[in-house]
This record gives sequence, C-alpha cells and structure tokens, in this order.
Amino acid sequence: MNRQIVKLFAFVMVLFGVLIGFTSYWSVFDAEALKEKNANKRPLLEQQQIPRGRILAADGTVIAKSVAKGKGAAKRYVRRYPEGTLFGHPIGYSFVQYGDSEFEQFHNEELVGEGSEFSSIADELLGHAQEGNDIVTSIDTEAQRLALAELEEAGYGAVVALEPSTGAVKVMVSNAPYDPNRVPYDFEKWNADEVERPLVNRATQGLYPPGSTFKVVTAAAGLDSGAITPETTIDAPGTLEVEGTPLQNDFNQDFFGATLDTALTNSVNTWFGQLGQQLGNDTLFKYMERFGFNATPAIDLPEDEVEESGVWDLENEEVLTAKDPVDLARLAIGQERLLATPLQMAQVASAVANGGTLMKPQIWKREIDPDGRVVDTMDPSVYSEAVSEETAAELTTAMEGVVNEGTGTNAAIPGVPVAGKTGTAETPGNLACGGGENENQAWFIGFAPADDPQIAIAASVECTEQFGGDIAAPIFRDVAEAILNGEE
Amino acid sequence: MTSARNRELLALVPVAALLTAGFAAVFSQENEQLGNLSLIYGAYFLAICIATHVYLRIRLPNADPYLFPLMATLTAFGLVMIYRIDEGLARDQANWFVLGLVLFALTIQFLRDYEVLERYRYTIAIGGLLVLLAPRLPGIGQQVNGAYLGVKIGPLAFQPAEFTKIAIVVFLASYLREHREVLIVGARRVLGVTLPPLKHFGPMLVVWGASMFMLVFIRDLGSSLIFFAAFLALLYVATGRFSFVVIGMAMFLVGAWFFASTVPHVHERVDIWLHPYDDPQGSGYQVLNSIFAQADGGLFGKGFGEALITVPGTDNALLPAAQTDMIYALIVNEVGLFGAVGVVLIYMLIAARGFKVALLAGDGFSKLLATGLTAVFAIQAFVIIGGVTRVIPLTGVTLPFISYGGSSIVANFVLLALLLLVSDRARREAAEPPGRMAALGATA
Repeated sequence: MNRQIVKLFAFVMVLFGVLIGFTSYWSVFDAEALKEKNANKRPLLEQQQIPRGRILAADGTVIAKSVAKGKGAAKRYVRRYPEGTLFGHPIGYSFVQYGDSEFEQFHNEELVGEGSEFSSIADELLGHAQEGNDIVTSIDTEAQRLALAELEEAGYGAVVALEPSTGAVKVMVSNAPYDPNRVPYDFEKWNADEVERPLVNRATQGLYPPGSTFKVVTAAAGLDSGAITPETTIDAPGTLEVEGTPLQNDFNQDFFGATLDTALTNSVNTWFGQLGQQLGNDTLFKYMERFGFNATPAIDLPEDEVEESGVWDLENEEVLTAKDPVDLARLAIGQERLLATPLQMAQVASAVANGGTLMKPQIWKREIDPDGRVVDTMDPSVYSEAVSEETAAELTTAMEGVVNEGTGTNAAIPGVPVAGKTGTAETPGNLACGGGENENQAWFIGFAPADDPQIAIAASVECTEQFGGDIAAPIFRDVAEAILNGEE
Repeated sequence: MTSARNRELLALVPVAALLTAGFAAVFSQENEQLGNLSLIYGAYFLAICIATHVYLRIRLPNADPYLFPLMATLTAFGLVMIYRIDEGLARDQANWFVLGLVLFALTIQFLRDYEVLERYRYTIAIGGLLVLLAPRLPGIGQQVNGAYLGVKIGPLAFQPAEFTKIAIVVFLASYLREHREVLIVGARRVLGVTLPPLKHFGPMLVVWGASMFMLVFIRDLGSSLIFFAAFLALLYVATGRFSFVVIGMAMFLVGAWFFASTVPHVHERVDIWLHPYDDPQGSGYQVLNSIFAQADGGLFGKGFGEALITVPGTDNALLPAAQTDMIYALIVNEVGLFGAVGVVLIYMLIAARGFKVALLAGDGFSKLLATGLTAVFAIQAFVIIGGVTRVIPLTGVTLPFISYGGSSIVANFVLLALLLLVSDRARREAAEPPGRMAALGATA
C-alpha cells in the first residue's frame, strides 16, 4: 500500500499547490484589478479611515478638512467644507457613498498620503498610521467670493482667472454653485436637475459659443502667420454674403479701410470674416490648437470633468479638425459650431498676456506633509508658444483699444491699463434658458495691467438679454481689481 | 525514543513565541499600549502545551515529534486571529482548546490498543451517521445559512459532522483492511472498465449514500465532499485500483449534478461560484468580499488587527463569517500572501507527517487509519481554503484548528490522538530488530 500512499501524498501536495496559486492570484497578480471593481467598497472604506489632508486657499483659508467620527475600530473621517458653496467648484467633494470629484479626485493620492511608494512602506514598517498631505491651492479667497457673488447676480455662468506667467488658477467659480457638505443628502436631486445643474463645473464643462471673444484668436493667427500687420487695411461692408447667408456688422455699419485696431475695437464681423477666409482652415486651426482648442486643457482636474473646446459636431459628439469643411468666415467670429469653455477663453487671454506663451493652468500650488514640510511645489510649465512676443504686443494694443474706446469700456479700471475683448453670442431658443428669443451668451476676456499682466480672466454669463460689455465686463473689472489689490 | 520528545519540546518554544508576538501585535493595535497580558497569555499557552508534552512523553514516547507542535502552531495562530475579531470568542476558543486536549488525553489513555475500534466498526459507523440526523430534529437542531449543521442542547452546541468524519474513517479503514484483497481479486472487467465485485462493495455504497444524504437532507455540501474524497483516497490506497477512484468520482459527479439541478441549495452554491458578479450585493457578497479582502492583503498583508471586517461605524459585515468560513481570507488580508503560504505549508507538513505515519505503520488497519485520518484532515483544509479562494464552490466547513468552533477543535484533537497512537506503535516496532520488520514489510 505504500506506493499508493506516496501517490496520494503527492496528489494532496498538488491540491495545496493549487491553493497557493489561487491565493497568489487574488492577493497579488489580480489585486489591482479587484481594487477597481465597483462591488469592492474596501478601498473607499479604507480611505475613510485615513485622515485626508486639508485643502487650503492661497491665504490659508481652509477649503476642505477631515473630522473624526466614532472611536476605536469604528473611527472614520468625514469630509467638511467650511466655506460651503464658495469652493464647491473646482474643489469638488469626497464621500464614501458618492465617490469623489474634481480637485478632490485628481489629487486623491496626495490627499490620502500615497504619494510615494517608498515612504508608505517605510511608514508601515515603523507603524505610522497613514496620514494625508495638505495641499495649498493658488485660489484667491476674496476674489473667488466676489466673483461668485457677482455671477449669482448676473446669471448662470462661470469666471476663470489665471496668472499668465505661471498658469496658476486664482479664481474659478461656476453658477449655480452647490455646497459639497450637502452631497450626501442632495446628490440625487442635484444630479437630476437639468436646469441649474449645480454639480457641473461650467468653467471647465460649460461649452458655450464664444462669440466675438474668438476674434482675438483669429487676429493672432493673422498677425503671427504674417497674413496681416497692424497697418493692413480690409474693406468691411455692413453686410457680406457668405455661403448664401448674409454676415452682418452691428447696426449694419460699414468699415472701409479698417485696420486691426479699428476692427477689434468695434468688433467688426465682416472684417474678421474676410480675414478668416483669407487664412484658410490649416492656419486658423493651427493657431486654435496652439491656444488650447482641440485638446483637453492640461489642468489638474479629472479629464472627464474638463471639456475640449473646438468646432463641435454635436450629432457625432466629436470635435472637427482642419480637414473638415467649416464656414471659415463664421468660425473667425466665434460662430459656426464653435463651442468653448470659460477656461479655454481664459487661456486665450492668458497666452496673449504672457507674451504669447500659454502656460498649463494649475490649481494646486504646494503639497505639505503632516509635519509641515513642503513635499512638492507646482512647477509652472509651458503648454505652447502660441504666438510671438511681437504678435502678443500688437494684440495687446488692439485689445486695449476695446477697453479704452470700444465695446469693453465697462472693464476699465481707474489707473490701470486693461486689455480685453467682449463677446455676445446670440442663443435664441436655447432650452437651457427657457427657450426665450432674446437670450445671449455674454463674454468678456482680458488681462490687467496691460503693460505688466498679473491676471487674465474670462467671464461668461448664460441666458442673458444683455451684451458681454454690459454684464460680463463689470465682473471682469471687479475680479481683476480684487486680485490686483490683494497682491499689493 | 526520548530524542523524539526532545525535538517536540524544542518545537513548542517557537509556537509559544508566535502566540505571544501575535497577541502583542493585536494588543498594540487595539490599546495603543503594550500590556504584559500578551506575555501572560503566551505563558499559559506554553504551560498547557508543555503539560501535554509531558503527558505524551509518558504515554507515547515514540510518537511523531512534529505533529503536536504543528497543530499547536495552527491553534495559536487561530487564537490570535479570533482574539483579533472578538475577545469573547477567543476566550471560548481557548476553553475549547483545553477541552480538546482533555479529550486528546482521554483518547490516548483509553484507546492505547486502538484495534478495539475494529470490533465496533459498524456501531461506530451507524452512530456516526445517526448523529448527522440530529440537526434536523425539532427542538435541538439549528439551521445556519440554509444548512442543518448544528445541534444545541442547553448551552452546549456542536456540529456532529466533525465527529462523523472520524467515525467514517475508522469504519472504512477497518472494512477495507478486511476486504481489500477480495475487492482486488474479485474485480471484473466489463466493457474495458474494471469494476469492483458488487458483493463486497455493498457497504461502500452506504458511504456514498451517506454523502449524498448529507448533500441533500442536511445540506452540508462541504462535509459531503470531504467524506467522499476521503472514501476515494482510502479505496485507492487499499486496492491500488485507480479505476475504482474514477468510477467513484463519476458516481459522485452524477449524483452531485443530479442534485445540483434539482436541489436549489446546491445549484445556488455552484452558481455563485461561477458567476459571483451577478449579484454582488446579495448571494455573491461573501465570496466576492473574500477575494477583495485577499486583494487588500497583498504580499505582506495589513498587519494583525488592521484589516476591515465590518463597515466602519456599523455592524454590517464586510467579511461575513470572518471567524469561521472566511478566516483564511482574513489571514491573507492581515498577514498577506507570505503569511497565508506559511499556513498552507503547515497543513502540507502535517499531511507529510501523517502520511509518514501511514508509511511506517506495520499492519493494514493502522496504515489505512493513518491514511484516512490524514486525508480527511488535509481535504477539509483544501475544501474550505479552496472555497475561500474560488478554486471550488464555497461551502461552510471549518479550517482545522484555526476556525472558531468547539466541535472542530475537539474533533481534530481526537483525530490527532489517533494519529499519534498509530505513530507511537509504528515507530516503536520500527525500532525493534530487523527480522521482525521484514516480516511486517511483507504485509504492507
């Protein structure tokens, strides 16, 4: 019988070998995939036991913190947002039941202290409980507060303020706002709200027709490609037949022999329409891409919460490229099927302000460990060299004209030179606005001081009967002033 | 052979150290300060083990020196894991451990001449099968998760299947010892398949019937599997006919398939095993959270007392039945793949020592008894670890010596006692003059 016993023993060893194999598979080889499973609540529950790091505004205002609940093994941390609606966008929320969003999601690893594999293993060996790092953002609390308050007066929309030289996000607000503290109670209701859509960050997800603010891009393409100089004149009649439909200036006004300064100051549609046709698809799209169109902005927010700006074929849900047929004249004045986020238009203003160099927008500024050491600092990086410094200077001059004597005089700040551009896209019958016939998307983009730009801002208001120069320009002015005053 | 006992004594020291370190780890996790209570627990455990060791030194001086320390290691490990889940449960378990050792000593005391078991084999088998019925008796029976596994009389609760498995092994070892020759010689080839002679095979069918009965009537899928696997293992060792095993397996599979398609309970178990993601919050919850817990453990684990068993702040189980069926998942979660492989290795070592006892044993009954006891022990470990790791459908059996449960601990110590009894005699005879050994070898 001994032979059989030995064989039986061998068989039992094989069985145990299979057990070791399966255990290895679940615990090591398939572990990452299992942690991603929806049914697996463990990763979230475990994160809940880690004191998540705080999120702070540039001035130290606490945007998000974790408070302990329960004792012993039942101890867990719950997220609190002391400022309520103020930073709901772009900070987002983090709750076990509803997951996380926006900044909270993008910076999750740092906030739960998983930044470096080595230090977390060392901590484990030393028996240190895992603890998250704090993140200081570049958000200017007072400017943010002012922007949200003014926007709530004006209507749904968004304001984005970037520091041109670094890409630091100083202000990002979206109206309607939401209070992240209320997410566990109101999530379903908000998610179902198709009108206010409070959970949507309109600054990065609001796709709006940019209207005349896009003329800055067309002008940049014209100047930088050499198609025009500031002295070049174009005859711009009050009405121009384009592709069978008349393109009109405001009040049908004729501008014969107009230069760029005149055309931008008075937002002459037929002038830019002709320039667009002259440039052609390839050139116009090349410059659009340099300014950040046709790509998801490289901001520190989750990719699926940041929309791509460009000429949208909404039926196929895709962004058109230079190869696709487009109405160049209307694209040149920000019509056609062009849709842009407020963040994108802030990037346009920022690139011009920074001598033609577009920086990647970033909300975070510093990561600080629980002992108060700075672990990491935001390193400003270049997204693209959109236009030459010379072109940027020429554009700045033209944009100053808009504020000094054109459609954007409401943006003027006493004692500070301001450069900007208004925009008013007609959106009749927009269901989101209740279907009214006189509804506009009102814009203002610009920067200040024009001779030493510190801040570039885009303000956009949905569903208004007013023009960009009347409703968006004042928001620009007040927010810019608040930021400039805050820095002194 | 006192050197064997000295080796046993030496092997017990690291066991006590492991227990002390384990308790210390759990304490430091729960109280954030290290009391000397863990040292006291370690000392108690070591004292009990040494007392057992002294008893073995007197009664069974030649018995295998590694089996007891290996099983003590599992018990120590189990105590730490259970303590980490619930202090009260660990206290129960420690009491069961002591009671188990008392029965262990009594078994050794009164069954020194274990051939006496052969004489009562039918009584033992029938008794073993009858107690299986108890959980379905009104008043004392208990239903857990759809299976009728337990009996509760006053404060005393136990699971008869744990004891029945020993009774069945004793019966089979004895029956096969007597009939194995006729089973081999009387075999007929029909259509190219070697069939055992029906006349001598009848009683074996009873075992098959008992397994199917358990499958259906008391819904104990796990024990049914263990019984039948042990039966096939013994049949193979006794006859050397692999075809018998194949036939037996086919019979079991046909029976299992028949019941899987007709009995909802069995069907459901198989379904959950194959498609756990169909109902992740319901029927698939336990097995999914078992593998999620293992994924959470990784290579090194979270550490003693660090894994989540319930949803924090609630009593909702994240790992249901963590102290019994799911304890292996908790082990992987807390001590990682390395720790879990260590546990599996201990089971492998016990199997190795157990089969070694069978190899050394002189007579057929001893060989088959040692083989059966070892097989039933190893297969039980495989069935539950395999269920937890989704090798096979999950069934509710205990992980020997580690899972919480009095019947399991006590029954397994009786099993160990029988194994040591066989071992003591085998090694004593092996140490005697070679002439006698050769004679014994011939019968083996």
